[in-house]
Amino acid sequence: MSEPVPEVLLDVTVTVNDVPRHARVPARRLLSDFLRHDVGLTGTHVGCEHGVCGACTVLVDGAPVRSCLMFAVTAQAHRVATVEGLGTVEAMGPVQQAFTECHGLQCGFCTPGFVTTVTAYLEDHPDPTADEAREAISGNLCRCTGYQNIVKSVLRAAEIKAEASASEGPAAGSTA
Amino acid sequence: MKPAPFVHHAPRTVEEAVEVLARVGHDGKVLAGGQSLIPILNMRLASPAHLVDVNAVSGLDDLTVTADAVRVGALVRHARLEHDQVVYGASPLLRRVVRHVAHPVIRNRGTTVGSIVHADPAGEMPAVLALTGGVVEVASARGAREIPCHDFFLGPMETALEPDELAVGVRFPLFGATTGTAFAERARRHGDYALAGVAAAVAVEDGVVSSARLSFVSVTDVPGILDVTEACRGQAPGEIDWSACDDLVREHLAPEDDIHATAEYRAMLATQLAHLVLAEAATDAVAAQGDSAA
Amino acid sequence: MTTQMFGAPIRRREDPRLVTGGGRYLDDLGRGALAAAFVRSPHAHAKVVDIDVTDALDVDGLVAIYTHEDLPGRVGEPLPLLIPHPTLTHGRTQYALAKDEVNHVGEPVVMVVARDRYLAEDACARIRVDYQPLPPVVGLEAARTGDLLVHEDVPGNVAAHMLQEVGDVEAALAASPHVLDLDLAIERSACMPLEGKGVYARWDADRDELRIYSSTQTSTGVRAAVAAKLGMPLAKVECIAPDVGGGFGVKINHPWPEEVLVPWVAKTLGTEVKWVEDRREHFISSAHERGQLQQVRVGFDDDGRLLALDVRFWHDNGAYTPYGIIVPIITSTQLLGPYKPGAYRCEFWSLYTNTVLVTPYRGAGRPQGCFAMERTMDAIADELGLDRTEVRARNFILPADMPYDHGLLFQDGRPLKYDSGDFPATLEKLKALVGWDDFAQYRMEAEAAGRRVGLGIGCYVEGTGVGPYEGGHIQVETSGRVNVSTGLTSQGQGHETAFAQVVAQELGVPIEDVFVTTGDTRRMPYAVGTFASRAAVMSGNAIALAARQVRAKALRIAADALEVAADDLEIVDGVVRVKGAPDTQMSLGTVSVMSNPLRYAFDEAAQAATQFAHGNDPDRPPVAEDDEPGLEGRDFYSPTQATFANGMHAAIVETDPVTAEIRILRYCVVHDCGPMINPMIVEGQVHGGVAQGVGGALYERMVYDESGQLLNASFMDFLMPYASEVPHIETDHLETPSPLNPLGIKGAGEAGCIPVSAVIASAISDAEGFAITSMPISPVELWELRRRHEAGEIPSLRNHDATTRKPR
Repeated sequence: MSEPVPEVLLDVTVTVNDVPRHARVPARRLLSDFLRHDVGLTGTHVGCEHGVCGACTVLVDGAPVRSCLMFAVTAQAHRVATVEGLGTVEAMGPVQQAFTECHGLQCGFCTPGFVTTVTAYLEDHPDPTADEAREAISGNLCRCTGYQNIVKSVLRAAEIKAEASASEGPAAGSTA
Repeated sequence: MKPAPFVHHAPRTVEEAVEVLARVGHDGKVLAGGQSLIPILNMRLASPAHLVDVNAVSGLDDLTVTADAVRVGALVRHARLEHDQVVYGASPLLRRVVRHVAHPVIRNRGTTVGSIVHADPAGEMPAVLALTGGVVEVASARGAREIPCHDFFLGPMETALEPDELAVGVRFPLFGATTGTAFAERARRHGDYALAGVAAAVAVEDGVVSSARLSFVSVTDVPGILDVTEACRGQAPGEIDWSACDDLVREHLAPEDDIHATAEYRAMLATQLAHLVLAEAATDAVAAQGDSAA
Repeated sequence: MTTQMFGAPIRRREDPRLVTGGGRYLDDLGRGALAAAFVRSPHAHAKVVDIDVTDALDVDGLVAIYTHEDLPGRVGEPLPLLIPHPTLTHGRTQYALAKDEVNHVGEPVVMVVARDRYLAEDACARIRVDYQPLPPVVGLEAARTGDLLVHEDVPGNVAAHMLQEVGDVEAALAASPHVLDLDLAIERSACMPLEGKGVYARWDADRDELRIYSSTQTSTGVRAAVAAKLGMPLAKVECIAPDVGGGFGVKINHPWPEEVLVPWVAKTLGTEVKWVEDRREHFISSAHERGQLQQVRVGFDDDGRLLALDVRFWHDNGAYTPYGIIVPIITSTQLLGPYKPGAYRCEFWSLYTNTVLVTPYRGAGRPQGCFAMERTMDAIADELGLDRTEVRARNFILPADMPYDHGLLFQDGRPLKYDSGDFPATLEKLKALVGWDDFAQYRMEAEAAGRRVGLGIGCYVEGTGVGPYEGGHIQVETSGRVNVSTGLTSQGQGHETAFAQVVAQELGVPIEDVFVTTGDTRRMPYAVGTFASRAAVMSGNAIALAARQVRAKALRIAADALEVAADDLEIVDGVVRVKGAPDTQMSLGTVSVMSNPLRYAFDEAAQAATQFAHGNDPDRPPVAEDDEPGLEGRDFYSPTQATFANGMHAAIVETDPVTAEIRILRYCVVHDCGPMINPMIVEGQVHGGVAQGVGGALYERMVYDESGQLLNASFMDFLMPYASEVPHIETDHLETPSPLNPLGIKGAGEAGCIPVSAVIASAISDAEGFAITSMPISPVELWELRRRHEAGEIPSLRNHDATTRKPR
């Protein structure tokens, strides 16, 4: 019997929610595990580890990506945003707020993946129809809600964003 | 479901990459988008000793349109191909097809070249490469070469790429102004691998079809071109009974049973989809010529 | 007035935490814990000959490897048979690690503990197990012949054989003017929560105590089972269900092998150990459900009234029966739905196969029963050329018949006795919602456009809120904060909100002050679990009773202090005040201060309760003999029987004339679960149930090959619906109260999925003109059925044209 050979560890630094996060991990560490277990941001959930369910979706340079299908070592070149970076209980992001208003979640396990996906989607599609909203979430699995209230949440989030940008816009308050 | 250990290589140049591949190619795998590879690694269905991660290699993310082709570098993600307006202007077919590759989130990471090298008979992009008569550009320490698609795909998940070779890009040649294109597929769920898919390129000259070609997804071992011109040549697009192509289509197909569909059903579906896309491509050809005339 | 809380669609209080990544699910705990992984059988049926772990010892970070021979005492004995039944004559359960034999692919054989999961899997990959393969029994047909056996000592593979009969079925059949036979089948699916199972155990060596976290539907059950297995005092074991990422039934079975092994290893090694099930493990080593073959013989009169119903079915219980025969018992009783069956006989065989075991999945046998009954109803309608809703209506149990006793024993060992429900009213609402009477016109227009459409219906009754009991504990702190605890667990049903609504309503406090804890044995050690759509009924009522106690005590204390009669007081927004003179008042927090006579003041408010703060009666003790300190209440709700909810669904489907693709154009639900605590949550439960039903009807199945390999053990190939596959769901509600419980409520959790396969089969049959008898159905299968129908192998419906094709 030979002595156990420790696996080579790499110094990996990934910028997560605008903060550089460092850990010594093997090359095979999945980004999802890096975020959850090395960085301690457990809001990103792992539902299948083969890229189908979408629970682990994070934003990489603003675009939604499955964090179970990316190695942490590869993510070093990019900015990663997780559900924790999109708002807090005290100051929820528009998508998070919409999900709470529309009962867009039940057990909440898939929710972070929806929140990240929808956040990115609305950046490019600020005013989706119900059918478009449904299509936008069709790469994420939810076993609880039947999706109907998630569709509603997408539409509501678009409204909240529009309201926010209207009140921030140059016309705001001009009639007062 | 965690990958087995591997040695990670992160070359910065193509030269470095092929140098590593020359050393470890037989025990190694190239990692680009990883959307097909990493699930396999996570399930430990494969455990290569070396992973050559080309994501940091410079010069592989070019997406260019020339007079006769769209060239896609090895690090161009599906999403970029899908959304690039210049590409769409030159080759609408690419957008029409790439939209059917999995879901948008997978397309954000997965690469077009990667899906071609993966050579899955259920992959959409190999079928397009076939229909356009495309070319795979290959580098290795032994030198560069180009492999035309009809030589590239050898069998399901099997290509002419040698272990020490890196596919650095593919070229999708453009169709002429008289050619219209279309694509359709059917999957059990939105975004799943297709039960069957068909791409069509139909040329219409002087109001009649001069050529009609098809390529298929999920119903052939390797993507190839089926020329159905003989079944419709010289006919006006609006008057064609596309079922005249059915015998040719059936002969070309090699569908198989699996847990999602029988071979027979797939063949039926492919035949039906062929009617659909041939008609659409013909319409597209006519419309394109109308546009340019106007 | 306090805002009306019961019945309000208020936003969920758990959501802000969950949408911002603040949920704490099993794998979010125990960051430093050792990780467990398992070597699982690759064979469906085999003898374990030898296990060689030598190569695994080289893995860096390896901590321990265990096989069955390492398991001491009761840890090494078979897992408990949770629900024995007299007809379960051959119950069998597995060992936590296989002893000599494996009976399905995925059965755990070796346990590995290492520094992290990656390393544990490395070690698993290096362990060599020699098996001697045995011929497997796969599928009900193979099990039924009994040629090959799963367990050597179980003849015919029959775990249980049960027969219930009410009336003389043979005689009633013989006397029936019409008799029909149906052969039906339903395939397996599975709960498939997005979070798999998981266990995290911490041994506290200083106190010799074990804390277990499990992603379970019953923390009290896990606690008791682990204490028994490990031979520990219950007082030294606690179990907490953290946030749980969905259950749908699979997490009610317990203890799973890992729920015994992980705590045992934590205790043995004196450390923290965690196991988080991955998706492949969930497919091959958790539980499935649904698989049944059914034969129905029905006798009826010229009006379509049932005279005799004779049902036989074969239930696939997989390799083991830890959860007894609850699923087939439910099928055999709840099959009856809203109908009077005439004479009824139901006989079933629960059979072993070399596949993953079967335990309840949302609906728990009801979808199969509903399928049998509703296919029968459609068959009768077709036979007689009657409208399908008319046949159903003629067989309904009417409101005047309530309570209606079927004369059968239900899953809780108590009479199957419906307490309330207005089935004719439910049907009328459904017909209006879907536009039943306008469908013929719609179909004509669709057919004119070359489209093929069909309308389907399905009705069900669901026994919800079965016993034995649940408890509620409420404590008001001096700050006015109201702590509520109940022992059953939550997997997304919004208990933190719904139970808070009950308390806010009953006690008269702002909901913001109410904090609910579920599934923590430290807070409520007496509980059963979350299953059978029982949480709202059981814990809701227990909590309401506890709140009434607190309220009475608060009024008594305040009445003393304010020197008024308790009857003259009310509690509004957390303030006890005199009716009509609201300025005479005191806050509930102050009442709490006064409820607890103090020696020491810990803050300013507490000073009011100290011994020199006010005069006292020297002849009375500070705490009266029949009283306790604190503003608290604890009560239990234990019903004599289940309360029966009901619902009816209708769907319009379109089938592609060429490719046989199936699309649901409309899906309509009318649901009656009594008064709703929070209609928004009920609606969400219905949506989710229907989506699972659609999955079970059109997409999901467990595909085993002849050797017992599960061929689609991934989300790529097990086709759980995405949003793109689930229709928009239209809903309407009745609220027929239950006379059985203080809140008058009925359960809602499972309802949505029960009739969906029946409804979709009905609609496709209507579109195609021949009967669909097996579900789920894919386009490929429908396409094949069409060919067989065209070849004359499948008869056409007799009166297809007469029923829903003619506009009236």
